[in-house]
Amino acid sequence: MKKNEDFREQIRPVRSIMIVFSIALILLALLGAVIIRNPNLLSNGPEEVEIMAPEIDIDMEGDDRDKIENGIHVRTGLKDAEGLMAVVNNCTNCHSAELVIQNRMDRERWIGTIRWMQETQNLWDLGENEAIILDYLVTNYPVINTGRRAPLTDVEWYTLNE
Amino acid sequence: MERRIFVKRTALVSLAGILGAEIVFGAHMPDDYDLLGLQDPDPFKMFGKDREMKVLNSKPWNMEAVAHLLDDRITPNPYIFIRNNGQVPGAINEKEWTMTIDGESVIAPKTFSLEELKTEFPHHTYQLTLECGGNGRKEFNPPAKGNQWDIGAVYCASWTGVRLRDVLEAVGIKDDAVYIGYHAVDEHLSGDPTKEVISRGVPMSKALQDETLLAFRMNGEDIPLAHGFPLRLVCGGWPASTSGKWVNRISVRNIIHDGEKMTGSSYKMPRNPVAPGMEVKDGDMDIIESMPVKSLITYPRSGAEIASGKKLNIRGHAWAGELAVSKVYYSIDFGATWSDCTLEKPANRLAWQHFKASINFPEPGYYEVWARAEDTNGISQPMLVPGWNPKGYLNNACHRIAVKII
Repeated sequence: MKKNEDFREQIRPVRSIMIVFSIALILLALLGAVIIRNPNLLSNGPEEVEIMAPEIDIDMEGDDRDKIENGIHVRTGLKDAEGLMAVVNNCTNCHSAELVIQNRMDRERWIGTIRWMQETQNLWDLGENEAIILDYLVTNYPVINTGRRAPLTDVEWYTLNE
Repeated sequence: MERRIFVKRTALVSLAGILGAEIVFGAHMPDDYDLLGLQDPDPFKMFGKDREMKVLNSKPWNMEAVAHLLDDRITPNPYIFIRNNGQVPGAINEKEWTMTIDGESVIAPKTFSLEELKTEFPHHTYQLTLECGGNGRKEFNPPAKGNQWDIGAVYCASWTGVRLRDVLEAVGIKDDAVYIGYHAVDEHLSGDPTKEVISRGVPMSKALQDETLLAFRMNGEDIPLAHGFPLRLVCGGWPASTSGKWVNRISVRNIIHDGEKMTGSSYKMPRNPVAPGMEVKDGDMDIIESMPVKSLITYPRSGAEIASGKKLNIRGHAWAGELAVSKVYYSIDFGATWSDCTLEKPANRLAWQHFKASINFPEPGYYEVWARAEDTNGISQPMLVPGWNPKGYLNNACHRIAVKII
């Protein structure tokens, strides 16, 4: 509870800023993200917040929007490898990267999927990025042969007393 | 750390999704809660879901249960899977909500307010099993594209509403009616307002069933936003995509409804069996109607270690689309022998049925308990993943849990 009050206390100045600069709500969401990331921002003047808010590409604590941690692009969860940014920039606008990561297809089926998205889902022409994206997908998220019925894996054992 | 990443990643999630939170939790919010931008877009909080639910996709939101979460006889909201094709609608004004019945096969189109629907027609309540057509997709090999659902895209809730049949009869339907198609207010992921997200439907025979409802309550309360508030078409036993959420229009068609996700390869199975990975032309596919027989062991959770000499009591649910389940069996020897489970009758047609069994194990060691249900036509679940299909629908393979006797 105390934490909550502190938090509320901290965000009070921001609230008035938001009222003053009541831009689009999306922008507010971005600003919120910025503040949760770094509450120190609140001690800065409103001028600075105003500058920061629309800029999502901010670098703080040496941490940036496309930070890689343990070989993973933090913002999307995609593997860091050649072609990563082409995938981030073209494939995570309409749907999340989770949809890419959980799907495993060979080149032909990925092409089919891209064509389907272009024909029905407003995906643009990928140009020379298409080959880069396909290479990235089939290299980093290859098809795994699971047979006709995969064994049970990742069983978490626990003692059951009835 | 994790939270920060999450906030960062989801800060761009649709405005509608964020607004959705306000409706779901309106009652719990402090009065001075107005900083929408600072609200943590936590999907579990936003949709009132249990934290053990698995998020498959954050844009659009898709989330499923794990088996043991589905233990309740009537599934409470925290364990109900979420499948969205588009964006969850934002602010919804229930008082201004209308339902229009139109299409080639109505005598004259008519619009009802939600209030009129509620007051002019008798209310009915049914427990109805809704399962995603792609539930189990994860197991298909080669993989099928789409959300990789495991076993948790199914539930049985209690729905209250008016019969679609009563409403259609009040409007007046021509003899040439063959199908109904729903229309709803969710927005396309690309933000293109001219694109409809999903507009599916069912043949008249299904539309006119007693249990096919225009529902405004789920489990005795307003339907949660993610599940179609304020009005949902509910067609129990059929792919859950036929149960349109946020519906405001139903078209009575003189052709098979040709809305979004009715054409192409969506929700269709090859007419004839195909080899895994084979290309199938759209014209060689049929629209999925009733879901197949299936069962789920919801107790105990997989991974139970029990002392030698003790019995293990298992329980779960079984369902069979349009049909009922006539038998459920279990096996602890990978299908070499099967024993009967005790099976209850459904609460009503299209409700899932509860089964239980008490199992003795002959000696210490590793076991798997497999459950297999059989429908009233004598068709049962396969132990292997059934016929491969391009979109990975209708995997009704037996569910199993791991058990160790110590």
